[in-house]
Amino acid sequence: MPAVPVPQSAAPHPSLYAAVAARSFRRYATYVAATLAGIFTNSVFGVITSFVYVAVWRANPTAGGYDVTDAVTYVWIGQAMLMTVCMFGGGSPDALASRIRSGDVAVDLYRPVSLLGWYLAADLGRAAYHLLTRGAAPLLVGGLLFDLRWPLGWELLWFGLSLPLAVAVSFALRMLAALSAFWLLDDTGPRSLLNFLAVFGSGLTVPLVLFPDGVREVLTALPFAAYLQLPADLWLGQRTGVDALAALGLAAGWAVVLLTACAWVLRAAERRVVVQGG
Amino acid sequence: MADLLARAVAPAVDFTRIGALWVRASMAYPVSFWLLAVSSFLITGLDFAGIVVILGNIDDLGGFGLHEIAFLYGASGLGIAFADLLVGRVERLGQMIRLGRLDVMMVKPVPLLVQVCADEFALRRLARVLQAGVVFGVGCWTVDWTLPRVGASVVMVVCSALIFFSLFVGLACVQFWTTDSAEVASAFTYGGNTVTSYPLSVFPSEVVKALTFVVPIAFVSWYPALFVLGRPDPFGLPSWLQHAAPVAAAVCLLAAGLAWRAGVRHYRSTGS
Repeated sequence: MPAVPVPQSAAPHPSLYAAVAARSFRRYATYVAATLAGIFTNSVFGVITSFVYVAVWRANPTAGGYDVTDAVTYVWIGQAMLMTVCMFGGGSPDALASRIRSGDVAVDLYRPVSLLGWYLAADLGRAAYHLLTRGAAPLLVGGLLFDLRWPLGWELLWFGLSLPLAVAVSFALRMLAALSAFWLLDDTGPRSLLNFLAVFGSGLTVPLVLFPDGVREVLTALPFAAYLQLPADLWLGQRTGVDALAALGLAAGWAVVLLTACAWVLRAAERRVVVQGG
Repeated sequence: MADLLARAVAPAVDFTRIGALWVRASMAYPVSFWLLAVSSFLITGLDFAGIVVILGNIDDLGGFGLHEIAFLYGASGLGIAFADLLVGRVERLGQMIRLGRLDVMMVKPVPLLVQVCADEFALRRLARVLQAGVVFGVGCWTVDWTLPRVGASVVMVVCSALIFFSLFVGLACVQFWTTDSAEVASAFTYGGNTVTSYPLSVFPSEVVKALTFVVPIAFVSWYPALFVLGRPDPFGLPSWLQHAAPVAAAVCLLAAGLAWRAGVRHYRSTGS
């Protein structure tokens, strides 16, 4: 019998992932009222925290090596990154977790597309939408109400480079939490543990620069610092030149390690699903 | 008289019955329950950990030390924790409307608000009460206790819970008109909780006046705490405000009740 050529692994065209990202962007763009409500809430929290930080830096004008303008700018970058990196969870990994629970994930697994690539593309599309709306709008509000530091030249480049890394690191961690559903069925426990670590470790609760020596170094080396502390320090010009490159290299390293971990866990999970018969 | 009493107690009994069902349901997954309870305790404790880190860099914030801030944080935290435990689910009103579940509730012989609030009642939210209680206990350490101050503290926590209760319910009513703008309410509930966790002396006086006379969130901790801590008002506002929390709570409850009635009356099921 003549052998029918079967494509071994039909590698999908890269434009497929771009299409997934674009559709994810449009999906989130449908909910205009929710976006406006979110921008309002982000702005209110930004104003509250700005007043608190102004009082803190009035009492200690050089706390953490920031001046008061740096501190207030940090607040608004924090509000901008909050949804972009899903500090409180959410995004495409949440959708995957519920598909694992319901069993629908079986459909995802026999598609001739990398599951990890598909969900990463969807999350990048979501992140782009949240950055342009719930990221940019509160920053503008903050700029109107307070005196902020705006990045020029190299700072803007470094900050821009840190954004996809922040989303990739955060996606990989949310994905690992979601994949735990293959074993636990209910991923709410790991997910809320991740939220806890992300909110504190990223510097959202309080900038990592304010932590005492030792604790600060450890927190800065962890992947959560890539969510907010690193982008903010690049924006503010606190880390420049070789130092900025080294920091971006560390974030890229975390992204590679964590995404590889996702791929590895996913392979282990696939075997398990086959054993279970789907 | 007995009839009146029965009418007041019946909703509480209904709430307890529905709540107990949900507690039994959640206990079917004990690992999940305890993981969520512990992480909820930790997550709500983060804000205070942040304040501790900040106070490591400065001597006082707006003229208030760590223990005094703990007292403010605890009063506001206990209020929102009790309110969240009892009526926090009202935030999901838009979702209940979208899924058509509100229509089902309307034909059941239990008050609608009770059903909405008791829906998916989660005992693990007690973790938040516990966390705020611990911080409040730390804050109480600094108070020079007298009988009037004990009374004022009890009234403060009760009024704090009632004010947050009203904010949750009143702002959720917006969802009768726009079902996917639930997040606006967070700016007032959780935002109000964040504001009142700090001494209001860090905010400009216009903001404080707005939080006193427009949205009276300052009464959940600030004014009663000034009395209990024996501190003069940094903005020089009249001292009777320090005892006006029950008035603020009553106004909030009334406004929330009117908003709820208006919302239910406006409601024409999905597709309206």
